[in-house]
Amino acid sequence: MKAAFKQLLGGGIRQFGMVIALLALLGYFQWSTGGKVLTPTNAQNIINGNSYILILAIGMVLVIIAGHIDLSVGSVAAVVGISVALSIKDWGIPWWLGVLLGLGVGMAIGVWQGTWVAYVGIPGFIATLAGMLIFRGMNQEIGNNLSVPVPKEIQKLGAGYLPEWGPTSTNMNNSTLLLGILAIVLVVWSAFRKVAKSRRLGLEDMLPAAVYMRAAVLSVVIAYLTWLFGSGKPGTSFPISGCILLVLMIIYTFVANRTIIGRHVYAVGGNRSAAALSGVNIKHVNFLVMANMSVLAAVAGIVFVGRSTSSGPGDGTGWELDAIAAVFIGGAAVSGGVGTVVGSVIGGLVMAVLNNGLALNGVGSGKTQMIKGLVLLLAVAFDVYNKVQGRPSIFGLLFKGKSRRAAELVSEAGQEEVAEVPVAAGETAGRG
Amino acid sequence: MASGPVILEMKSITKLFPGVRALDEVSMTVRAGEIHAICGENGAGKSTLMKVLSGVYPHGTYTGDIVYQGKVVEFKDINASEAAGIVIIHQELALIPELSITENIFLGNEVRGRFGIDWGEARKRATELLARVGLRESPDEIVKNIGVGKQQLVEIAKALSKDVRLLILDEPTAALNEGDSEHLLDLLRGLRAKGMTSIMISHKLKEIEEIADSITIIRDGKSVETLDVALGGVDEDRIIRGMVGRSLESRFPDHTPKIGEPFFHVKDWTVEHPLIPGRLVCKKSEFFVRRGEIVGFAGIMGAGRTELARSLFGRSYGRYLAGTIEINGKEVHLGTVQHAIDKGIAYVPEDRKALGLNLLDTIEDTVVAAGLHKISKLSVIDPTAAHVAAEGYRKALNIRTPSVTQGVAKLSGGNQQKVLLGKWMFPEPDLLILDEPTRGIDVGAKYEIYGLIQRLADEGKGVIVISSELPELLGLADRIYTIFEGSITGVIDRGDATQETLMRLMTGTTSATAG
Repeated sequence: MKAAFKQLLGGGIRQFGMVIALLALLGYFQWSTGGKVLTPTNAQNIINGNSYILILAIGMVLVIIAGHIDLSVGSVAAVVGISVALSIKDWGIPWWLGVLLGLGVGMAIGVWQGTWVAYVGIPGFIATLAGMLIFRGMNQEIGNNLSVPVPKEIQKLGAGYLPEWGPTSTNMNNSTLLLGILAIVLVVWSAFRKVAKSRRLGLEDMLPAAVYMRAAVLSVVIAYLTWLFGSGKPGTSFPISGCILLVLMIIYTFVANRTIIGRHVYAVGGNRSAAALSGVNIKHVNFLVMANMSVLAAVAGIVFVGRSTSSGPGDGTGWELDAIAAVFIGGAAVSGGVGTVVGSVIGGLVMAVLNNGLALNGVGSGKTQMIKGLVLLLAVAFDVYNKVQGRPSIFGLLFKGKSRRAAELVSEAGQEEVAEVPVAAGETAGRG
Repeated sequence: MASGPVILEMKSITKLFPGVRALDEVSMTVRAGEIHAICGENGAGKSTLMKVLSGVYPHGTYTGDIVYQGKVVEFKDINASEAAGIVIIHQELALIPELSITENIFLGNEVRGRFGIDWGEARKRATELLARVGLRESPDEIVKNIGVGKQQLVEIAKALSKDVRLLILDEPTAALNEGDSEHLLDLLRGLRAKGMTSIMISHKLKEIEEIADSITIIRDGKSVETLDVALGGVDEDRIIRGMVGRSLESRFPDHTPKIGEPFFHVKDWTVEHPLIPGRLVCKKSEFFVRRGEIVGFAGIMGAGRTELARSLFGRSYGRYLAGTIEINGKEVHLGTVQHAIDKGIAYVPEDRKALGLNLLDTIEDTVVAAGLHKISKLSVIDPTAAHVAAEGYRKALNIRTPSVTQGVAKLSGGNQQKVLLGKWMFPEPDLLILDEPTRGIDVGAKYEIYGLIQRLADEGKGVIVISSELPELLGLADRIYTIFEGSITGVIDRGDATQETLMRLMTGTTSATAG
């Protein structure tokens, strides 16, 4: 039973903790606002109003896993936004060409930043702090400090909904319904596949019941979300920006977990020297994560100008901090090597729900910021605390009584301390 | 000299690390005004003993008593031992390169004036201290601008500034050239004449013979004997015999080597230190490895064994100056680690945690980390293949873990070493370079690792074993090269090798090459 419970969490106890936190927040706000949070319109607003931050978080988690930081994403998004808006307005190019051009600008900026960080060896903090200034200024130079409107096709990317079609007897948006059904089929199919594979390989440590159980829980959640997003007023559905986010999540989760470059990003962040001695081209990895971040910042910038219907000189201010906060709340380690795409998106959603719920409760922006700051601080404090103790997570502690493994970890960490902490402390003292 | 009053007595010091007994009832007695040398092979426990003495390992983390100036002392940290007049100078100098000599000398011990630091007074005292250690440099000189030898003197000046009564030097001459070493030894003699007590750890037996009044020999974490130089009869041979001690036990699986043709040749290999221009870490090294052969590399720490191995492994250390590598008669250029791996070379580093493993990874992720292309198509990894490979090694190498999805951080040292070996067996190399493959692991796991190494050789691979433990090399290697200060000083077949001959070649005692 204990083992099944543990497998239900799917290994990522920290992420599971974030999901619990998210659910708790949703539940609390739903209660305190008298049911205003989990309504179709509000849910759609949460996604539409935060998808660009969540897109940034996807790129940022890779940057942070590799041991860097990117402070320029807001400015990059802004310069991309103004490029897209102006090129369509002044040059009369079609909207999709404008989007491609925007992505190209993002890629060029990525090459610029990646080169400084990876090949010149400027720390990401400095290179992107410079980028933050450079690209903010560039946005204002190009746009003359003015707001430039974007065509409605691009507005759809940021604030549009999936089309309505088919019978109205479902009482739902049929696109959303279809999406939800597909997702559930996928979840169930992959659960069966996983169990079949483990049978074939003869893995003893895998409990089919836990896998099915997990799939069932996930299916129920998807079904609920499908209903929530699909049953709003006609014309609304799961937002297009949310679809972009989902596609990116799937792609980047795959890249992070299943591709060589993905493994290399974790290797560089986890132990640079060991990675170098394993044949990993560290400069190459650093270049790619930085360049990729700017491309995703471009996507975020385009989605945002779509939502706000125009590109302005103040776009993207402070986004980098929201994205970084999302990543750390989502379980990434400050020292690199740890973090997941899904966790970061969940971390971003925690912030989003916090914003939304507090606003619905009539809490002022001052207090909201203070609360968000404290949440970030506590999340990372847990992480640092656990790092020192050699434990994976504070959420491991929550399950200490229930999980034998967590208890073992604690005792092992205790032993380790005797051997290593005094050495480090002594060395520091010796130098001082 | 050795007849002064006892200033320090360490009684039955025992220090445990998880799974390793680093010090086992070690005792030593130091008399006031003498230079007391501590000798022993690498890993014998010399540095650990000094860390216990200086409070790096605080009281309570070891058992036994330290009696200093007649009183039992319980240092809780290095500041406590310094306050008592015990100062340790580590092998790695603890100077801040960007600061001046004066600033370094008084770092953490600043001369206070009425307003902040009294730099005038500090400078004056620094000048006096520099005169005492015989260093003719301006006290305002930036430390990074003076050589290593002079930096060592600054360290001693810093120690003197703290009113030191017992000076501990860990391998003080390891990084120095002959002239600087000579100067340092003279300085120590001068300090002795003024009544200073020093403890010196050194591998350079000639120096010890020259300067020490008494010598404590440590072997395998136990204090073996203390030699009084004044009584006579103490020479390098005598010290070596003490360090090497007991005969070889049967700690190795039986093995009949099946040695084939030479396939890996290194010629004229010359490499410069990555940071110090002009300092060569490999000097025209030449050697070869045959198929199915286990080749040992012996040398004291810092002799350049690891540097040689890593410079061969895709130039991952130092600056390449000259030399060629031939594999199967063809010259190859291994510019990056990936090239080296592609050409069938694997290097298993000595420092498992710092260089070998990503401690955040699971066992299965670790095992495939150096050969991801083997389990991927179009750069997409097949996690099942990783799992299958890891399961294979778990059985073949007897890695004791409930699951290969477990994190490597949770394994014992021996099992971590097996995982690391698995990681480097996975790319199927022809030549494996194992750097200290049994460091910090228990005897049982050592036996298993030896068996693995022999199995790899029997599969026709060449295996290079770098080890500080001579018994290990004698028991395992078919042929042993000795390295001293970056040069290969000799090569000896297993049958002809003894610990004494190896130790002589390793310490540069004799220039004669055998084999």
